Amino acid sequence: MEARLEIRLALAPFDPATELAAFTAAHPQAGGVVSFLGQVRADGVVEALELQHFAPLTLPGMEALGRAVLASWALDGLLIVHRAGTMAPGEPIVLVAAAARHRRDAFAAADFAMDHLKSESWFWKREKRAGQWHWIEPREQDYADKARWS
Amino acid sequence: MKARLVFLGKLADLAGAGEIEVASGPLEAVLATLSPSLAVELLGERVRMALNGEITADRAVVLGAGDELAFLPPVSGG
Repeated sequence: MEARLEIRLALAPFDPATELAAFTAAHPQAGGVVSFLGQVRADGVVEALELQHFAPLTLPGMEALGRAVLASWALDGLLIVHRAGTMAPGEPIVLVAAAARHRRDAFAAADFAMDHLKSESWFWKREKRAGQWHWIEPREQDYADKARWS
Repeated sequence: MKARLVFLGKLADLAGAGEIEVASGPLEAVLATLSPSLAVELLGERVRMALNGEITADRAVVLGAGDELAFLPPVSGG
């Protein structure tokens, strides 16, 4: 059976539990589902986080990443939901889920997808601290994480 | 005969707007109409460009009427 790819750019809050339940239900044949949820840190300092996207590139780039993941691991399905817009502390940013016959493929696929989303997807991030917005520069750690796969 | 420049991320703050209309023509001539400090940032080696939604590395691009040229600073992840 051909693996199913579901890639979405969410412009409004999404519920990770609902997404994961639907994804799991759609893949009863999978022996394992690995998921990662990224959320806005509630650290008492950051008041809001905004992710800006560029419509012509952001979703097409995520879809290309999804196809690359499917080509690299034996998956039954891959789900990526990524927020854009303004988020409050504790709100979900990104959900990646990989369903596979065998867990190692699912772990690796989700890990790979996250490293690439962090380092090369078309998002620009800024944080609001003490009422002021600050653009976030790329992190060396994100490039290093991606380099693990090359 | 207008073209559009689109600025993502911190470039929009530097430009004072997310997009501006400019007279069409060669990129070099278009940038010469902007403030020098903005032009220097736009030409930074880590800034990428998208012409009508497609990545281009052509710094000699000539903007025609209705063209959109976006300036994309380094991405900062999800």
